[in-house]
Amino acid sequence: MEHILKPTPLKNKFITPGVIVLIALALNGIIFLAIRLIYGLGAVTNLDMQHPWGIWIAVDVACGVALAAGGFTTAALGHVIHREKYEALIRPALLTAMLGYTFVAFGVMIDLGRWYYIWHPLVFWNGNSPLFEVGICVMFYLTVLYIEFLPLVSERFIGKVFLPGILSKLNKPIDLLLRAFDRGLSKTMFIFVISGVVLSTLHQSSLGTLMVVAESKIHPLWHTPILPLLFLLSAISVGFPMVIFESLIASWSLKLKPELSLLSRLARIIGPLLFIYFAFKLGDMVIRGTYVYLAEINTVSIMFTIELVFGVIIPLRMFFSDRVIKTKWGLFTASSLVIFGVALNRINTFLVSYDPPYAVKSYFPSIGEISLTVGMIALLVLLYRAAVLIFPVISLPDKALVPKSKYEIRGGKS
Amino acid sequence: MAVQNRRDFLKSATFIGASAAGLSAKKTLAGIEESHPDDRMGVLVDTTVCIGCRSCEWACKDAHSLETDPLQSYQDNRSVFKDERRPSEKALTVVNEYNVAQNSNLPIDVKVQCMHCEDPACLSSCIVDAFTKHKDGTVTWDGDKCIGCRYCMVACPFQIPVFEYSKAIQPNIMKCDFCYDRTKEGLLPACVEICPVEALTYGKRDELIAVAKSRIKVKPEKYINHIYGEYEVGGTSWMYLAGIDFSKLNFVPLSNESAPGVSREIQHGLFKYFVPPLAIYALLGGIMWITKKKETVEEEG
Repeated sequence: MEHILKPTPLKNKFITPGVIVLIALALNGIIFLAIRLIYGLGAVTNLDMQHPWGIWIAVDVACGVALAAGGFTTAALGHVIHREKYEALIRPALLTAMLGYTFVAFGVMIDLGRWYYIWHPLVFWNGNSPLFEVGICVMFYLTVLYIEFLPLVSERFIGKVFLPGILSKLNKPIDLLLRAFDRGLSKTMFIFVISGVVLSTLHQSSLGTLMVVAESKIHPLWHTPILPLLFLLSAISVGFPMVIFESLIASWSLKLKPELSLLSRLARIIGPLLFIYFAFKLGDMVIRGTYVYLAEINTVSIMFTIELVFGVIIPLRMFFSDRVIKTKWGLFTASSLVIFGVALNRINTFLVSYDPPYAVKSYFPSIGEISLTVGMIALLVLLYRAAVLIFPVISLPDKALVPKSKYEIRGGKS
Repeated sequence: MAVQNRRDFLKSATFIGASAAGLSAKKTLAGIEESHPDDRMGVLVDTTVCIGCRSCEWACKDAHSLETDPLQSYQDNRSVFKDERRPSEKALTVVNEYNVAQNSNLPIDVKVQCMHCEDPACLSSCIVDAFTKHKDGTVTWDGDKCIGCRYCMVACPFQIPVFEYSKAIQPNIMKCDFCYDRTKEGLLPACVEICPVEALTYGKRDELIAVAKSRIKVKPEKYINHIYGEYEVGGTSWMYLAGIDFSKLNFVPLSNESAPGVSREIQHGLFKYFVPPLAIYALLGGIMWITKKKETVEEEG
């Protein structure tokens, strides 16, 4: 071991110039949210009878779910296959997944015509509907993510609950509650960890099944009965790039030294995962003979080519290059490309390839739709920043633990 | 352990197979009322007869308490035919006119409304099971359950359901309800009742198909040999006759496979009796347990 890493709440200042920009973007989004709530969806969106779903579904939900895949992939790697050296990456990924899914749930709610009925799927079931499955799984998974996060709360606050003023009466009960959670969860956490992974595989794939029903409206380059499998494989392959991407961004923003050796080791797994996705996507195209559509040059063929070349093939080559994954910039570029590719795939599947039979004009998001999406992403980043300052999420080399050299001596390394 | 897993897998595979087979035999899907083919009603639309008077548009609005101009204005106003119109929150059925006939100057008029599919994609997709297919084939929407997700609009191959985008509270999904409240009481659907030229025929679906076939047989020069809706997406309650290829009248060319069939098979494959999710759960649990044990052994050794 080079050094021992310990999750620690960071001591950076919350407010920076970047943070102020994010706050402004978030407020701008909230203004449009208010208009949507008061005047209805028609007032802020470019949706119409032909295009019932816009970027609030394609970006906020479909991309949001895919890019939060770091949570279940690291949980599987760290807790299920017990690769404990990646421990330092699990907590940031968990936080992103938790905030990401909160954002997804919120995004869905804004898009629902009757947002106040969001609980209806819990009561009125339809097992035939892929959307029902996505809805239920996301609700349960969100709960699981919050449970998985609880130990961080107890770790931070057990014995340190000091509420001000009149609330101080609650200090003792809250402390006891946290201790009770901590005791209970340390024994049962594995149940939630596995549930999280299972729920993720289920709804990541069902998100693909959503568009299977609209066969006559989706371009054959994207419409395939194995859409759920492609969605699952792409979600698995984007999980670790997302972890690397966030880790590097966080280290720059919070002025930390990135755990480069750890990230490079993680990057070695991405190549094979991405290759499996690529193989299925390519195989599907060959078997269904859809490559014929690439011969004509139009929006869909160009978008498909960009998605495949920049989002899959180039990063695939990069992740198989030792030179690339040993450098910070190489890792960052390759990871960004995978993220770009998967996000573009979701946008392509839900919007670009969607060609309803009687459309007189095509859909492009309105200022309101873009503002709200950007605002929510800004809010997400702000919450992430706040969370790493409050909770022990990001691992730092712990100076206090370094002198424990005894183990190394016992291990035989002189 | 590996043997055990494989056996489990085979067991669950047969389990899923058996349950899928059982499903296709009984056909008791959520939201679809059990019925006999004899119960199924429908409407046959003969586009060669329709004169485009748009009385049906008026009758529909009148029957559904939608705002409407007087009946006379519908028959007089022909300018609406300039643009192709689609059903909206203001009109659940519309008539479009096409000047595409090869050997005649007469325009062809086509009434558009919900087709009331035998296996409706809206019903199968709905997240809260808000659609019902009644015994007589009518597909209705339940406003109390709907959450306004608009997945039915994505799923419908005919692009029929519409949404009230202008409402902030209780926006509705709207579509033709085959005048379910009228037919229940023995009345004809409003559009069928008012049609002055009998372009619309209401009756048992099976009998309508026979009628359509005999019309084609008697006047093969007048009709093309295709009943749109007889087989499209597994069959629809509303069916059309035409003298010209349906694609020229802007009908969506659709396969005969049930629209939500593949999607539903995937759902059932993934979820029947929760076997596959539980199998993944068990598999991951097993891996977790084995790797944990290995790690402890390594640490000790």
